Amino acid sequence: MTVAEDVREQLAEALYRARLDRRPIPPLTETHPDLDLGDAYAIQQGLVRRLQQDGGEVVGYKLGLTSAPMQEMLGVDTPDYGPVLSSMVHDDGTTLLLDDHIQPRIEAEIALVLRAPLAGPEVSTLEAGRAVGSAVAALELVDSRIEDWRIGLIDTVADLASCAQIVLGAREVPVDGFDLRLTGMVVRNNGDLVDTGAGAAALGDPIAAVAWLANTLAPYDITLEPGQVIMTGALHKAFPVTSGDQVTARFDRLGAVSCRFA
Amino acid sequence: MDTDRFADRLADAVRARTAVAPLTEELDLTVDDAYAIQDAVIERLGGRSTVAKLGLTSRAKQEQMNVAEPIYGWFVDGSATDIGQPLQVDRFIQPRAEPEIAFLTAEPLSGPGVTAAHVLTATAAVLPALDILDSRYAGYRFTLPDVAADNASAASFCVGDPIPVAGIDLRLTGCVFERNGELVATAAGAAVLEHPAAAVAWFVRKLHARGQTLPAGSLVLAGALTAAIPITTGDVVRVTLDRLGSVELSCR
Repeated sequence: MTVAEDVREQLAEALYRARLDRRPIPPLTETHPDLDLGDAYAIQQGLVRRLQQDGGEVVGYKLGLTSAPMQEMLGVDTPDYGPVLSSMVHDDGTTLLLDDHIQPRIEAEIALVLRAPLAGPEVSTLEAGRAVGSAVAALELVDSRIEDWRIGLIDTVADLASCAQIVLGAREVPVDGFDLRLTGMVVRNNGDLVDTGAGAAALGDPIAAVAWLANTLAPYDITLEPGQVIMTGALHKAFPVTSGDQVTARFDRLGAVSCRFA
Repeated sequence: MDTDRFADRLADAVRARTAVAPLTEELDLTVDDAYAIQDAVIERLGGRSTVAKLGLTSRAKQEQMNVAEPIYGWFVDGSATDIGQPLQVDRFIQPRAEPEIAFLTAEPLSGPGVTAAHVLTATAAVLPALDILDSRYAGYRFTLPDVAADNASAASFCVGDPIPVAGIDLRLTGCVFERNGELVATAAGAAVLEHPAAAVAWFVRKLHARGQTLPAGSLVLAGALTAAIPITTGDVVRVTLDRLGSVELSCR
């Protein structure tokens, strides 16, 4: 870490305020060019503490930047993560309010639910697979508290990996007996096909995404716990939504999940 | 319209492995003109095989080309690359590969009212497929009539094992496309006209409009699930489809 604790706290507060007031702020990397990745995750922790005080527990994690095109766009070679709070999680069919957000975009993902604890380092994909119990069709509304999505890796990490809301399908499907890499997905907006994808779009394998997360959390002595939900990353390019839109993602074997925007 | 002259130009381009200018730079062509030229090109190159291919089957591709319908072509006899055979890329001008789902028909299909359901009922098996394209126009710059005349850029193809389609929802069938072990793109079957069988149904209706039918035993590559990628000597490309398995080609 390269900046003082009070600066990190200031930035966490600024991101928290931007989130509440729906007023984006300039990229942290422009106002504080010295920030490193350690600072960014520390700022993220400050933001999580503030959101927890408003009510909400950590119920899992989301991964971001899990595809080669996204990593190339930000000039990085690593994904990132952020905690998911219970206050951000919604049931299938929910209505999300656009006015609660700044510049939201929607993406379809495979969510994995752990049945056993998992702690890095050196967790293999095989071990991660043993700890994963089931998969759920999911949508993530991403939003950036940074102006015009002008984000670098440091900015999005600090800003809770650009997460806003999570919508989870109504049923968990045991992951035994099929290959999540090949699981197909079709996402529609108001019935029109927007994009398609398959599980391998998330770091080559959604299970490998869980292993990456467990290993990345190891230096912080954080163990992934049974019941936690891991959002493994978008299977297509995120797209913007407007009021009245109804987005549905249908996954082979996992079923569908949808939400409406007002 | 000078069908023979244009057909000679395109057939010569294939033989000489040299790109030519789009025909529509010289003359306005209707889609019907274009398919007449295609027939003449195929005749010059050794005749039609029982394997057809569809193109421009994704809405993204159609919007990019500003067209509202797909195209079809026929592989010429002897252009298949069988499992385990290398693909000789120096036979081509600017080869590209794309992942597809292929249909092997058990019954003849014909008529103006054929739907995806008819196609599925008449299908003996579906197969993972790699379609090798080679536009005879430099840089793949063409209009719809140009590419239809150029036999839908058909060059070669390779298919995997036939799998019965019963019980498989091809719309949701996941596709992973890799080159040299690196992920290129993913997709699901609905990327092809909402359902690959709907693309084959379009083909049968289009054939009907030209007084033709699709015989039993035909193999139809139903259209790309992802964007095509250029391939060169040393590349290994692979498509893997959920439940259908995979097929791989080594470029020499």
